[in-house]
Amino acid sequence: MRPDLEIIADLIKPGARVLDLGCGEGELLAGLQAEKQVNGYGLDVDPDNIAICVRKGVNVIEQNLDQGLSNFPDDSFDMVVMTETLQSVRLPARVLDEMLRIGQECIVTFPNFGHWRSRGHLFLKGRMPMARHLPHDWHDTPNIHLCTVKDFERLVQDKGLRIIQRFVAGADHRNRPLMNLMPNLFGAIAFYRLGRPGGA
Amino acid sequence: MAKHSAHEGSVGIVAPQRFCAPGEFALQCGESLDGFELVFETYGQLNAARSNAVLICHALSGNHHAAGYHAEDDAKPGWWDACIGPGKAVDTNRFFVVSPNNLGGCHGSTGPATVNPATGAVFGPAFPTVTVKDWVRSQALLADHLGIERFAVVVGGSLGGMQAMQWAIDLPERIGAAVLIAAAAKLSAQNIAFNEIARQAITSDPQYRDGHYRSANANPDMGLGLARMIGHVTYLSDFGMGQKFGRELKSGDLSAARDVEFQVESYLRHQGKSFSQRFDANTYLLMTRALDFFDPAGEWDGDLVAALEQARCDFLVLSFSTDWRFSAARSKEIVDALIAAGRNVVSAVIESAHGHDSFLLPLPRYTSVFKAFMDRLAAGAEADAEAGSGDAP
Repeated sequence: MRPDLEIIADLIKPGARVLDLGCGEGELLAGLQAEKQVNGYGLDVDPDNIAICVRKGVNVIEQNLDQGLSNFPDDSFDMVVMTETLQSVRLPARVLDEMLRIGQECIVTFPNFGHWRSRGHLFLKGRMPMARHLPHDWHDTPNIHLCTVKDFERLVQDKGLRIIQRFVAGADHRNRPLMNLMPNLFGAIAFYRLGRPGGA
Repeated sequence: MAKHSAHEGSVGIVAPQRFCAPGEFALQCGESLDGFELVFETYGQLNAARSNAVLICHALSGNHHAAGYHAEDDAKPGWWDACIGPGKAVDTNRFFVVSPNNLGGCHGSTGPATVNPATGAVFGPAFPTVTVKDWVRSQALLADHLGIERFAVVVGGSLGGMQAMQWAIDLPERIGAAVLIAAAAKLSAQNIAFNEIARQAITSDPQYRDGHYRSANANPDMGLGLARMIGHVTYLSDFGMGQKFGRELKSGDLSAARDVEFQVESYLRHQGKSFSQRFDANTYLLMTRALDFFDPAGEWDGDLVAALEQARCDFLVLSFSTDWRFSAARSKEIVDALIAAGRNVVSAVIESAHGHDSFLLPLPRYTSVFKAFMDRLAAGAEADAEAGSGDAP
Protein backbone atom coordinates (compact mmCIF):
# COMPACT_ATOMS: atom_id res chain seq x y z
CA MET A 1 0.00 0.00 0.00
CA ARG A 2 1.11 3.60 -0.62
CA PRO A 3 2.87 4.90 2.54
CA ASP A 4 0.23 7.57 3.28
CA LEU A 5 -2.54 5.00 2.92
CA GLU A 6 -0.67 2.73 5.35
CA ILE A 7 -0.79 5.52 7.89
CA ILE A 8 -4.53 5.98 7.32
CA ALA A 9 -5.14 2.23 7.49
CA ASP A 10 -3.36 2.09 10.86
CA LEU A 11 -5.86 4.57 12.29
CA ILE A 12 -8.90 2.50 11.38
CA LYS A 13 -10.25 -0.05 13.82
CA PRO A 14 -11.03 -3.60 12.68
CA GLY A 15 -14.63 -4.03 11.52
CA ALA A 16 -15.19 -0.26 11.27
CA ARG A 17 -17.55 1.33 8.74
CA VAL A 18 -15.40 3.42 6.39
CA LEU A 19 -16.45 5.79 3.60
CA ASP A 20 -13.73 6.78 1.11
CA LEU A 21 -14.61 9.86 -0.96
CA GLY A 22 -12.84 9.76 -4.30
CA CYS A 23 -11.58 6.23 -3.72
CA GLY A 24 -9.70 5.99 -7.04
CA GLU A 25 -8.59 2.44 -7.72
CA GLY A 26 -9.73 1.32 -4.27
CA GLU A 27 -6.27 0.61 -2.87
CA LEU A 28 -7.09 1.76 0.67
CA LEU A 29 -10.41 -0.08 0.91
CA ALA A 30 -9.06 -3.28 -0.65
CA GLY A 31 -6.28 -3.29 1.98
CA LEU A 32 -8.68 -2.52 4.82
CA GLN A 33 -11.11 -5.21 3.72
CA ALA A 34 -8.38 -7.84 3.56
CA GLU A 35 -6.57 -6.90 6.76
CA LYS A 36 -9.22 -5.39 9.01
CA GLN A 37 -12.53 -6.76 7.73
CA VAL A 38 -13.93 -3.25 7.52
CA ASN A 39 -17.34 -2.54 6.00
CA GLY A 40 -16.07 -0.02 3.51
CA TYR A 41 -17.56 1.92 0.61
CA GLY A 42 -15.84 4.15 -1.90
CA LEU A 43 -17.29 6.89 -4.07
CA ASP A 44 -15.80 7.72 -7.45
CA VAL A 45 -16.91 8.97 -10.85
CA ASP A 46 -14.16 7.66 -13.12
CA PRO A 47 -15.45 4.68 -15.17
CA ASP A 48 -11.99 3.07 -15.34
CA ASN A 49 -11.52 3.39 -11.58
CA ILE A 50 -14.94 1.84 -11.00
CA ALA A 51 -14.12 -1.19 -13.14
CA ILE A 52 -10.78 -1.60 -11.33
CA CYS A 53 -12.51 -1.40 -7.93
CA VAL A 54 -15.07 -4.01 -9.04
CA ARG A 55 -12.30 -6.40 -10.04
CA LYS A 56 -10.69 -5.92 -6.61
CA GLY A 57 -13.97 -6.61 -4.85
CA VAL A 58 -14.18 -3.08 -3.44
CA ASN A 59 -17.65 -1.64 -2.80
CA VAL A 60 -17.54 1.27 -5.22
CA ILE A 61 -20.50 3.57 -5.76
CA GLU A 62 -20.63 5.93 -8.73
CA GLN A 63 -21.46 9.25 -7.11
CA ASN A 64 -20.27 12.77 -7.79
CA LEU A 65 -19.20 14.54 -4.58
CA ASP A 66 -20.29 17.87 -6.07
CA GLN A 67 -23.87 16.63 -6.12
CA GLY A 68 -23.82 16.32 -2.35
CA LEU A 69 -23.72 13.52 0.20
CA SER A 70 -27.22 13.97 1.59
CA ASN A 71 -28.01 10.31 0.86
CA PHE A 72 -25.72 9.33 3.75
CA PRO A 73 -27.41 9.62 7.17
CA ASP A 74 -25.80 11.37 10.18
CA ASP A 75 -23.28 9.22 12.09
CA SER A 76 -23.59 6.37 9.59
CA PHE A 77 -19.82 5.79 9.38
CA ASP A 78 -16.97 5.47 11.88
CA MET A 79 -14.48 7.15 9.58
CA VAL A 80 -14.82 9.21 6.42
CA VAL A 81 -11.65 9.49 4.35
CA MET A 82 -10.80 11.79 1.46
CA THR A 83 -7.31 11.51 0.02
CA GLU A 84 -6.10 14.22 -2.38
CA THR A 85 -9.60 15.01 -3.57
CA LEU A 86 -10.44 18.12 -1.48
CA GLN A 87 -8.76 20.34 -4.09
CA SER A 88 -10.98 19.09 -6.90
CA VAL A 89 -14.43 19.49 -5.33
CA ARG A 90 -16.61 22.50 -6.02
CA LEU A 91 -17.31 23.36 -2.38
CA PRO A 92 -14.48 22.03 -0.19
CA ALA A 93 -15.77 23.60 3.03
CA ARG A 94 -19.20 22.09 2.50
CA VAL A 95 -17.72 18.64 1.85
CA LEU A 96 -15.73 18.95 5.08
CA ASP A 97 -18.97 19.69 6.98
CA GLU A 98 -20.63 16.71 5.37
CA MET A 99 -17.73 14.39 6.23
CA LEU A 100 -18.06 15.22 9.92
CA ARG A 101 -21.84 14.91 9.80
CA ILE A 102 -21.65 11.40 8.30
CA GLY A 103 -18.66 10.23 10.32
CA GLN A 104 -17.46 10.74 13.87
CA GLU A 105 -14.01 11.53 12.53
CA CYS A 106 -12.53 12.24 9.15
CA ILE A 107 -9.16 12.08 7.46
CA VAL A 108 -8.31 14.61 4.77
CA THR A 109 -5.15 14.79 2.71
CA PHE A 110 -4.33 17.36 0.04
CA PRO A 111 -1.38 18.67 -1.99
CA ASN A 112 0.18 21.62 -0.16
CA PHE A 113 0.45 24.57 -2.52
CA GLY A 114 2.75 26.30 -0.03
CA HIS A 115 5.53 23.76 -0.69
CA TRP A 116 8.86 25.45 -1.50
CA ARG A 117 8.90 24.01 -5.01
CA SER A 118 5.50 25.53 -5.81
CA ARG A 119 6.60 28.82 -4.36
CA GLY A 120 9.85 28.66 -6.32
CA HIS A 121 8.08 27.76 -9.54
CA LEU A 122 5.81 30.77 -9.28
CA PHE A 123 8.54 33.09 -7.98
CA LEU A 124 11.32 32.19 -10.39
CA LYS A 125 9.44 31.13 -13.51
CA GLY A 126 6.38 33.29 -13.05
CA ARG A 127 4.18 30.38 -14.02
CA MET A 128 1.58 28.23 -12.31
CA PRO A 129 3.40 25.46 -10.44
CA MET A 130 3.51 21.92 -11.76
CA ALA A 131 5.08 19.03 -9.90
CA ARG A 132 5.11 15.26 -9.56
CA HIS A 133 1.95 15.36 -7.45
CA LEU A 134 0.48 18.32 -9.42
CA PRO A 135 1.06 17.27 -13.02
CA HIS A 136 -1.71 19.26 -14.73
CA ASP A 137 -1.58 22.45 -16.79
CA TRP A 138 -3.56 25.31 -15.23
CA HIS A 139 -6.27 25.19 -17.93
CA ASP A 140 -6.73 21.45 -17.86
CA THR A 141 -6.68 20.45 -14.22
CA PRO A 142 -9.25 18.85 -11.93
CA ASN A 143 -7.58 20.80 -9.10
CA ILE A 144 -9.78 23.88 -8.84
CA HIS A 145 -9.32 24.58 -5.12
CA LEU A 146 -5.66 24.28 -4.29
CA CYS A 147 -4.63 25.58 -0.89
CA THR A 148 -1.69 25.73 1.48
CA VAL A 149 -1.34 24.17 4.92
CA LYS A 150 -1.95 27.61 6.42
CA ASP A 151 -5.09 28.15 4.33
CA PHE A 152 -6.50 24.82 5.41
CA GLU A 153 -5.76 25.41 9.08
CA ARG A 154 -7.55 28.76 8.83
CA LEU A 155 -10.65 26.96 7.55
CA VAL A 156 -10.42 24.33 10.27
CA GLN A 157 -10.06 27.06 12.87
CA ASP A 158 -13.03 29.04 11.50
CA LYS A 159 -15.16 25.93 11.73
CA GLY A 160 -13.88 25.13 15.21
CA LEU A 161 -12.91 21.63 14.18
CA ARG A 162 -10.63 19.56 16.36
CA ILE A 163 -7.28 18.54 14.87
CA ILE A 164 -6.59 15.10 16.29
CA GLN A 165 -3.48 14.49 14.24
CA ARG A 166 -1.56 16.23 11.48
CA PHE A 167 1.67 15.86 9.55
CA VAL A 168 3.08 16.44 6.10
CA ALA A 169 4.79 14.08 3.65
CA GLY A 170 6.87 14.36 0.51
CA ALA A 171 5.53 13.95 -3.01
CA ASP A 172 6.42 10.26 -2.64
CA HIS A 173 3.89 10.18 0.25
CA ARG A 174 6.64 9.38 2.75
CA ASN A 175 6.52 11.10 6.10
CA ARG A 176 9.90 12.53 7.14
CA PRO A 177 10.01 14.08 10.61
CA LEU A 178 12.16 17.07 9.67
CA MET A 179 9.54 18.31 7.21
CA ASN A 180 7.18 18.83 10.08
CA LEU A 181 9.33 21.53 11.58
CA MET A 182 8.13 23.80 8.74
CA PRO A 183 5.20 21.91 7.24
CA ASN A 184 3.90 24.67 4.97
CA LEU A 185 7.30 25.00 3.34
CA PHE A 186 8.54 21.41 3.20
CA GLY A 187 5.40 19.31 3.02
CA ALA A 188 4.14 18.28 -0.44
CA ILE A 189 1.14 16.35 0.90
CA ALA A 190 -0.68 17.43 4.05
CA PHE A 191 -2.52 14.98 6.28
CA TYR A 192 -5.22 15.90 8.81
CA ARG A 193 -7.30 13.75 11.10
CA LEU A 194 -10.21 15.88 12.27
CA GLY A 195 -13.00 15.66 14.83
CA ARG A 196 -16.21 17.59 15.34
CA PRO A 197 -16.23 20.95 17.15
CA GLY A 198 -16.02 20.59 20.90
CA GLY A 199 -14.75 17.03 20.70
CA ALA A 200 -18.21 15.46 20.72
CA MET B 1 -23.77 -16.53 -44.45
CA ALA B 2 -22.17 -18.00 -41.33
CA LYS B 3 -24.35 -20.41 -39.48
CA HIS B 4 -25.74 -19.30 -36.11
CA SER B 5 -24.21 -22.40 -34.56
CA ALA B 6 -20.80 -21.13 -35.66
CA HIS B 7 -21.16 -17.46 -34.56
CA GLU B 8 -18.34 -16.33 -32.32
CA GLY B 9 -19.65 -15.21 -28.92
CA SER B 10 -22.93 -17.05 -29.40
CA VAL B 11 -24.18 -20.06 -27.50
CA GLY B 12 -25.34 -21.30 -30.92
CA ILE B 13 -28.43 -23.44 -31.38
CA VAL B 14 -30.36 -24.03 -28.15
CA ALA B 15 -33.49 -25.98 -27.30
CA PRO B 16 -36.02 -25.22 -24.56
CA GLN B 17 -36.57 -27.76 -21.78
CA ARG B 18 -39.54 -28.35 -19.53
CA PHE B 19 -39.83 -28.73 -15.76
CA CYS B 20 -43.01 -30.11 -14.19
CA ALA B 21 -43.57 -29.29 -10.53
CA PRO B 22 -46.21 -31.68 -9.23
CA GLY B 23 -48.43 -31.01 -6.21
CA GLU B 24 -50.11 -27.97 -4.80
CA PHE B 25 -48.29 -24.68 -5.22
CA ALA B 26 -49.75 -22.07 -2.87
CA LEU B 27 -49.60 -18.52 -4.19
CA GLN B 28 -49.23 -15.33 -2.19
CA CYS B 29 -52.74 -14.25 -3.22
CA GLY B 30 -54.24 -17.17 -1.28
CA GLU B 31 -55.13 -19.30 -4.28
CA SER B 32 -53.08 -22.27 -5.37
CA LEU B 33 -52.13 -24.16 -8.51
CA ASP B 34 -52.40 -27.93 -8.81
CA GLY B 35 -48.86 -28.30 -10.06
CA PHE B 36 -47.25 -26.15 -12.72
CA GLU B 37 -44.77 -26.29 -15.58
CA LEU B 38 -41.88 -24.00 -16.40
CA VAL B 39 -40.21 -23.92 -19.78
CA PHE B 40 -36.52 -22.95 -19.55
CA GLU B 41 -33.22 -22.93 -21.40
CA THR B 42 -29.72 -23.56 -20.12
CA TYR B 43 -26.37 -22.48 -21.53
CA GLY B 44 -22.90 -23.66 -20.50
CA GLN B 45 -22.00 -26.52 -18.17
CA LEU B 46 -22.77 -26.99 -14.49
CA ASN B 47 -19.44 -27.78 -12.78
CA ALA B 48 -18.98 -30.77 -10.49
CA ALA B 49 -19.21 -28.61 -7.36
CA ARG B 50 -22.44 -27.07 -8.74
CA SER B 51 -21.01 -23.67 -7.77
CA ASN B 52 -21.25 -21.89 -11.14
CA ALA B 53 -25.00 -21.59 -11.74
CA VAL B 54 -26.55 -18.29 -12.80
CA LEU B 55 -30.28 -17.57 -12.84
CA ILE B 56 -31.51 -15.11 -15.46
CA CYS B 57 -34.83 -13.43 -14.59
CA HIS B 58 -36.73 -11.90 -17.46
CA ALA B 59 -38.65 -8.64 -17.59
CA LEU B 60 -42.25 -7.83 -18.50
CA SER B 61 -42.33 -9.15 -22.05
CA GLY B 62 -39.32 -11.48 -21.91
CA ASN B 63 -39.18 -15.25 -21.91
CA HIS B 64 -36.85 -18.21 -21.47
CA HIS B 65 -35.10 -17.67 -24.81
CA ALA B 66 -32.37 -15.31 -23.57
CA ALA B 67 -29.46 -16.30 -25.81
CA GLY B 68 -28.56 -18.17 -28.98
CA TYR B 69 -30.92 -19.36 -31.71
CA HIS B 70 -33.63 -22.00 -31.95
CA ALA B 71 -32.92 -22.69 -35.62
CA GLU B 72 -30.24 -21.87 -38.18
CA ASP B 73 -32.66 -19.62 -40.07
CA ASP B 74 -33.81 -17.58 -37.01
CA ALA B 75 -33.63 -13.87 -37.82
CA LYS B 76 -32.82 -12.81 -34.26
CA PRO B 77 -31.09 -14.38 -31.24
CA GLY B 78 -32.56 -14.54 -27.71
CA TRP B 79 -33.46 -11.28 -25.98
CA TRP B 80 -30.22 -10.91 -23.98
CA ASP B 81 -27.72 -12.30 -26.45
CA ALA B 82 -25.78 -9.03 -26.00
CA CYS B 83 -24.77 -10.14 -22.51
CA ILE B 84 -24.93 -13.96 -22.49
CA GLY B 85 -22.48 -16.13 -24.43
CA PRO B 86 -18.86 -17.28 -24.59
CA GLY B 87 -16.63 -14.43 -23.40
CA LYS B 88 -19.57 -12.09 -22.72
CA ALA B 89 -20.56 -10.54 -19.37
CA VAL B 90 -22.44 -13.72 -18.46
CA ASP B 91 -19.67 -15.94 -19.78
CA THR B 92 -21.08 -19.33 -20.75
CA ASN B 93 -17.54 -20.76 -20.82
CA ARG B 94 -17.48 -20.26 -17.04
CA PHE B 95 -21.10 -20.19 -15.91
CA PHE B 96 -24.04 -22.56 -16.17
CA VAL B 97 -26.93 -20.28 -17.08
CA VAL B 98 -30.57 -21.11 -16.28
CA SER B 99 -33.21 -18.98 -17.97
CA PRO B 100 -36.86 -19.83 -17.26
CA ASN B 101 -40.10 -18.39 -18.59
CA ASN B 102 -41.94 -17.13 -15.52
CA LEU B 103 -45.05 -18.68 -14.08
CA GLY B 104 -47.98 -16.88 -15.72
CA GLY B 105 -45.97 -16.31 -18.90
CA CYS B 106 -47.17 -17.11 -22.38
CA HIS B 107 -44.22 -18.89 -23.96
CA GLY B 108 -44.77 -22.39 -22.61
CA SER B 109 -44.88 -22.05 -18.82
CA THR B 110 -48.16 -22.52 -16.98
CA GLY B 111 -50.17 -19.34 -17.40
CA PRO B 112 -53.42 -17.80 -18.60
CA ALA B 113 -52.92 -19.27 -22.09
CA THR B 114 -52.43 -22.87 -20.89
CA VAL B 115 -55.04 -25.47 -20.00
CA ASN B 116 -56.25 -25.70 -16.41
CA PRO B 117 -56.01 -29.45 -15.60
CA ALA B 118 -58.93 -29.12 -13.18
CA THR B 119 -61.37 -27.86 -15.82
CA GLY B 120 -59.82 -28.98 -19.09
CA ALA B 121 -60.28 -25.43 -20.40
CA VAL B 122 -57.79 -22.60 -20.89
CA PHE B 123 -57.18 -20.63 -17.64
CA GLY B 124 -57.77 -17.28 -19.33
CA PRO B 125 -58.69 -14.50 -16.90
CA ALA B 126 -59.26 -17.07 -14.12
CA PHE B 127 -55.49 -17.54 -13.75
CA PRO B 128 -54.62 -16.40 -10.24
CA THR B 129 -52.61 -13.28 -9.44
CA VAL B 130 -48.91 -14.09 -9.34
CA THR B 131 -46.30 -12.03 -7.49
CA VAL B 132 -42.53 -11.65 -7.66
CA LYS B 133 -42.32 -13.72 -4.44
CA ASP B 134 -44.23 -16.54 -6.14
CA TRP B 135 -41.81 -16.41 -9.04
CA VAL B 136 -38.84 -16.70 -6.68
CA ARG B 137 -40.36 -19.79 -5.02
CA SER B 138 -41.16 -21.39 -8.37
CA GLN B 139 -37.63 -20.68 -9.65
CA ALA B 140 -36.22 -22.24 -6.47
CA LEU B 141 -38.16 -25.44 -7.25
CA LEU B 142 -36.60 -25.42 -10.71
CA ALA B 143 -33.18 -25.02 -9.06
CA ASP B 144 -33.92 -28.04 -6.81
CA HIS B 145 -34.86 -30.03 -9.90
CA LEU B 146 -31.56 -29.11 -11.56
CA GLY B 147 -29.59 -29.97 -8.41
CA ILE B 148 -28.58 -26.36 -7.77
CA GLU B 149 -28.44 -25.68 -4.05
CA ARG B 150 -27.12 -22.17 -4.48
CA PHE B 151 -26.89 -19.81 -7.44
CA ALA B 152 -23.54 -18.03 -7.79
CA VAL B 153 -25.61 -15.06 -8.92
CA VAL B 154 -29.18 -14.15 -9.82
CA VAL B 155 -29.33 -11.57 -12.60
CA GLY B 156 -32.12 -9.44 -14.02
CA GLY B 157 -33.03 -6.15 -15.65
CA SER B 158 -36.16 -4.13 -14.90
CA LEU B 159 -38.79 -6.57 -13.53
CA GLY B 160 -36.02 -9.18 -13.68
CA GLY B 161 -33.92 -7.08 -11.30
CA MET B 162 -36.85 -7.03 -8.90
CA GLN B 163 -36.84 -10.83 -8.88
CA ALA B 164 -33.11 -10.84 -8.16
CA MET B 165 -33.74 -8.48 -5.22
CA GLN B 166 -36.53 -10.70 -3.89
CA TRP B 167 -34.25 -13.74 -4.18
CA ALA B 168 -31.65 -11.95 -2.05
CA ILE B 169 -34.23 -11.16 0.64
CA ASP B 170 -36.29 -14.38 0.63
CA LEU B 171 -33.63 -17.04 0.04
CA PRO B 172 -30.39 -15.44 1.32
CA GLU B 173 -28.61 -18.79 1.74
CA ARG B 174 -29.26 -19.77 -1.84
CA ILE B 175 -27.58 -16.93 -3.75
CA GLY B 176 -24.04 -15.60 -3.77
CA ALA B 177 -24.76 -12.34 -5.57
CA ALA B 178 -27.57 -10.34 -7.12
CA VAL B 179 -27.34 -8.13 -10.20
CA LEU B 180 -30.10 -5.50 -10.35
CA ILE B 181 -30.12 -3.59 -13.63
CA ALA B 182 -32.49 -0.66 -14.29
CA ALA B 183 -34.68 -1.86 -11.42
CA ALA B 184 -36.52 -0.24 -8.52
CA ALA B 185 -37.45 -1.19 -4.96
CA LYS B 186 -41.05 -0.43 -5.89
CA LEU B 187 -42.85 1.37 -8.68
CA SER B 188 -43.66 5.05 -8.45
CA ALA B 189 -47.24 6.24 -8.92
CA GLN B 190 -46.28 7.51 -12.38
CA ASN B 191 -44.91 4.11 -13.30
CA ILE B 192 -48.07 2.34 -12.10
CA ALA B 193 -50.06 4.88 -14.10
CA PHE B 194 -48.37 3.80 -17.33
CA ASN B 195 -49.20 0.18 -16.51
CA GLU B 196 -52.82 1.10 -15.82
CA ILE B 197 -53.15 2.87 -19.18
CA ALA B 198 -51.75 -0.25 -20.86
CA ARG B 199 -54.22 -2.45 -19.00
CA GLN B 200 -57.12 -0.17 -19.89
CA ALA B 201 -56.08 -0.30 -23.54
CA ILE B 202 -56.36 -4.10 -23.41
CA THR B 203 -59.51 -4.52 -21.35
CA SER B 204 -61.44 -1.85 -23.26
CA ASP B 205 -60.80 -3.61 -26.58
CA PRO B 206 -64.14 -5.30 -27.47
CA GLN B 207 -62.15 -8.33 -28.62
CA TYR B 208 -60.84 -8.77 -25.09
CA ARG B 209 -64.25 -10.22 -24.14
CA ASP B 210 -63.59 -10.07 -20.38
CA GLY B 211 -60.48 -12.16 -20.93
CA HIS B 212 -62.29 -15.04 -22.68
CA TYR B 213 -60.97 -14.13 -26.15
CA ARG B 214 -59.34 -17.51 -26.73
CA SER B 215 -62.53 -19.53 -26.37
CA ALA B 216 -64.16 -17.07 -28.81
CA ASN B 217 -61.25 -17.50 -31.23
CA ALA B 218 -60.56 -13.78 -30.99
CA ASN B 219 -57.63 -11.64 -29.79
CA PRO B 220 -57.53 -8.04 -28.53
CA ASP B 221 -54.91 -7.07 -31.12
CA MET B 222 -55.71 -3.37 -31.00
CA GLY B 223 -55.63 -3.11 -27.23
CA LEU B 224 -52.51 -5.22 -26.80
CA GLY B 225 -50.79 -3.34 -29.61
CA LEU B 226 -51.68 -0.03 -28.00
CA ALA B 227 -50.41 -1.25 -24.62
CA ARG B 228 -47.11 -2.15 -26.26
CA MET B 229 -46.87 1.22 -27.99
CA ILE B 230 -47.31 3.05 -24.69
CA GLY B 231 -44.77 0.81 -23.02
CA HIS B 232 -42.32 1.16 -25.86
CA VAL B 233 -42.36 4.97 -25.71
CA THR B 234 -41.54 4.84 -21.99
CA TYR B 235 -38.63 2.46 -22.61
CA LEU B 236 -36.91 4.91 -24.97
CA SER B 237 -35.60 8.40 -24.34
CA ASP B 238 -36.69 11.62 -26.03
CA PHE B 239 -33.18 12.06 -27.41
CA GLY B 240 -32.94 8.44 -28.55
CA MET B 241 -36.26 8.59 -30.38
CA GLY B 242 -35.24 11.83 -32.06
CA GLN B 243 -31.98 10.23 -33.20
CA LYS B 244 -33.69 7.11 -34.50
CA PHE B 245 -36.78 8.55 -36.15
CA GLY B 246 -36.43 12.30 -36.54
CA ARG B 247 -39.59 13.97 -37.80
CA GLU B 248 -39.32 13.95 -41.59
CA LEU B 249 -42.67 13.76 -43.37
CA LYS B 250 -42.91 10.67 -45.55
CA SER B 251 -44.88 12.37 -48.31
CA GLY B 252 -42.73 15.48 -48.19
CA ASP B 253 -45.45 18.07 -47.58
CA LEU B 254 -48.70 18.51 -45.71
CA SER B 255 -50.98 18.62 -48.77
CA ALA B 256 -50.12 15.02 -49.58
CA ALA B 257 -50.24 13.89 -45.94
CA ARG B 258 -51.44 10.35 -45.41
CA ASP B 259 -52.45 8.33 -42.37
CA VAL B 260 -48.89 7.44 -41.38
CA GLU B 261 -46.61 10.40 -41.94
CA PHE B 262 -43.81 10.10 -39.40
CA GLN B 263 -41.34 7.24 -39.14
CA VAL B 264 -42.06 6.90 -35.44
CA GLU B 265 -45.72 6.24 -36.24
CA SER B 266 -45.05 3.32 -38.55
CA TYR B 267 -42.42 2.00 -36.14
CA LEU B 268 -44.83 2.00 -33.19
CA ARG B 269 -47.63 0.47 -35.25
CA HIS B 270 -45.30 -2.29 -36.36
CA GLN B 271 -44.13 -2.87 -32.79
CA GLY B 272 -47.71 -2.98 -31.54
CA LYS B 273 -48.88 -5.31 -34.25
CA SER B 274 -46.05 -7.81 -33.99
CA PHE B 275 -46.32 -7.82 -30.20
CA SER B 276 -50.07 -8.54 -30.31
CA GLN B 277 -49.31 -11.60 -32.42
CA ARG B 278 -46.73 -13.10 -30.07
CA PHE B 279 -47.90 -12.12 -26.59
CA ASP B 280 -50.95 -13.09 -24.56
CA ALA B 281 -53.14 -10.23 -23.30
CA ASN B 282 -53.95 -11.91 -19.98
CA THR B 283 -50.25 -12.53 -19.37
CA TYR B 284 -49.57 -8.84 -20.05
CA LEU B 285 -52.14 -7.88 -17.41
CA LEU B 286 -50.67 -10.41 -14.95
CA MET B 287 -47.07 -9.23 -15.50
CA THR B 288 -47.92 -5.54 -15.08
CA ARG B 289 -49.82 -6.38 -11.88
CA ALA B 290 -46.79 -8.26 -10.53
CA LEU B 291 -44.71 -5.15 -11.28
CA ASP B 292 -47.17 -2.85 -9.52
CA PHE B 293 -47.48 -5.01 -6.42
CA PHE B 294 -43.73 -5.50 -5.98
CA ASP B 295 -42.69 -3.93 -2.68
CA PRO B 296 -40.28 -6.07 -0.64
CA ALA B 297 -40.09 -3.37 2.05
CA GLY B 298 -43.84 -3.78 2.62
CA GLU B 299 -43.23 -6.87 4.75
CA TRP B 300 -40.89 -4.81 6.92
CA ASP B 301 -43.20 -1.87 7.66
CA GLY B 302 -41.97 -0.08 4.59
CA ASP B 303 -38.36 -0.19 5.79
CA LEU B 304 -36.22 -1.15 2.79
CA VAL B 305 -33.08 -1.25 4.94
CA ALA B 306 -34.68 -3.86 7.23
CA ALA B 307 -35.75 -5.88 4.18
CA LEU B 308 -32.25 -5.81 2.68
CA GLU B 309 -30.66 -6.70 6.04
CA GLN B 310 -32.07 -10.20 5.37
CA ALA B 311 -29.80 -10.49 2.35
CA ARG B 312 -26.32 -11.98 2.64
CA CYS B 313 -25.13 -11.70 -0.95
CA ASP B 314 -23.07 -9.12 -2.85
CA PHE B 315 -24.97 -6.70 -5.07
CA LEU B 316 -24.32 -4.98 -8.37
CA VAL B 317 -26.78 -2.15 -9.07
CA LEU B 318 -26.69 -0.53 -12.52
CA SER B 319 -28.84 2.22 -13.99
CA PHE B 320 -28.83 4.35 -17.13
CA SER B 321 -28.65 8.13 -17.43
CA THR B 322 -31.65 8.59 -19.77
CA ASP B 323 -33.88 5.88 -18.28
CA TRP B 324 -36.96 7.69 -16.98
CA ARG B 325 -39.20 4.65 -16.53
CA PHE B 326 -36.79 3.10 -13.97
CA SER B 327 -34.59 6.10 -13.34
CA ALA B 328 -31.13 6.21 -11.80
CA ALA B 329 -32.74 7.80 -8.72
CA ARG B 330 -34.72 4.58 -8.12
CA SER B 331 -31.51 2.53 -8.27
CA LYS B 332 -29.88 5.04 -5.90
CA GLU B 333 -32.61 4.30 -3.34
CA ILE B 334 -31.65 0.63 -3.47
CA VAL B 335 -27.94 1.44 -3.17
CA ASP B 336 -28.45 3.78 -0.20
CA ALA B 337 -30.53 1.13 1.57
CA LEU B 338 -27.88 -1.53 0.86
CA ILE B 339 -25.15 0.71 2.30
CA ALA B 340 -27.27 1.42 5.38
CA ALA B 341 -27.84 -2.34 5.73
CA GLY B 342 -24.06 -2.88 5.55
CA ARG B 343 -24.31 -5.09 2.47
CA ASN B 344 -21.59 -5.29 -0.18
CA VAL B 345 -22.66 -3.25 -3.18
CA VAL B 346 -21.17 -1.90 -6.37
CA SER B 347 -23.09 0.65 -8.35
CA ALA B 348 -22.68 2.59 -11.57
CA VAL B 349 -24.83 4.97 -13.60
CA ILE B 350 -24.16 4.28 -17.27
CA GLU B 351 -24.26 7.16 -19.76
CA SER B 352 -26.61 6.05 -22.51
CA ALA B 353 -28.98 7.70 -24.97
CA HIS B 354 -31.27 4.68 -25.12
CA GLY B 355 -33.46 5.01 -22.02
CA HIS B 356 -34.73 1.93 -20.19
CA ASP B 357 -33.99 -0.34 -23.15
CA SER B 358 -30.26 0.33 -22.59
CA PHE B 359 -30.10 -2.76 -20.41
CA LEU B 360 -30.62 -4.95 -23.48
CA LEU B 361 -27.84 -3.30 -25.51
CA PRO B 362 -24.11 -4.09 -25.70
CA LEU B 363 -22.97 -0.66 -24.45
CA PRO B 364 -19.20 -0.87 -23.75
CA ARG B 365 -19.18 0.83 -20.35
CA TYR B 366 -22.22 -1.18 -19.21
CA THR B 367 -20.88 -4.55 -20.28
CA SER B 368 -17.41 -3.79 -18.90
CA VAL B 369 -18.65 -3.12 -15.33
CA PHE B 370 -21.09 -6.00 -15.57
CA LYS B 371 -18.37 -8.35 -16.85
CA ALA B 372 -15.87 -7.20 -14.20
CA PHE B 373 -18.39 -8.11 -11.50
CA MET B 374 -19.33 -11.43 -13.11
CA ASP B 375 -15.70 -12.42 -13.72
CA ARG B 376 -14.99 -12.04 -10.01
CA LEU B 377 -17.92 -14.30 -9.20
CA ALA B 378 -16.78 -16.83 -11.80
CA ALA B 379 -13.32 -16.89 -10.23
CA GLY B 380 -14.97 -17.45 -6.83
CA ALA B 381 -17.10 -20.29 -8.21
CA GLU B 382 -14.01 -21.89 -9.76
CA ALA B 383 -12.07 -21.56 -6.51
CA ASP B 384 -14.99 -23.22 -4.66
CA ALA B 385 -14.95 -26.02 -7.18
CA GLU B 386 -11.21 -26.58 -6.71
CA ALA B 387 -11.50 -26.51 -2.93
CA GLY B 388 -14.39 -28.97 -3.23
CA SER B 389 -12.46 -31.38 -5.42
CA GLY B 390 -9.51 -31.17 -2.99
CA ASP B 391 -11.77 -32.41 -0.19
CA ALA B 392 -12.87 -35.40 -2.20
CA PRO B 393 -11.33 -38.73 -1.10
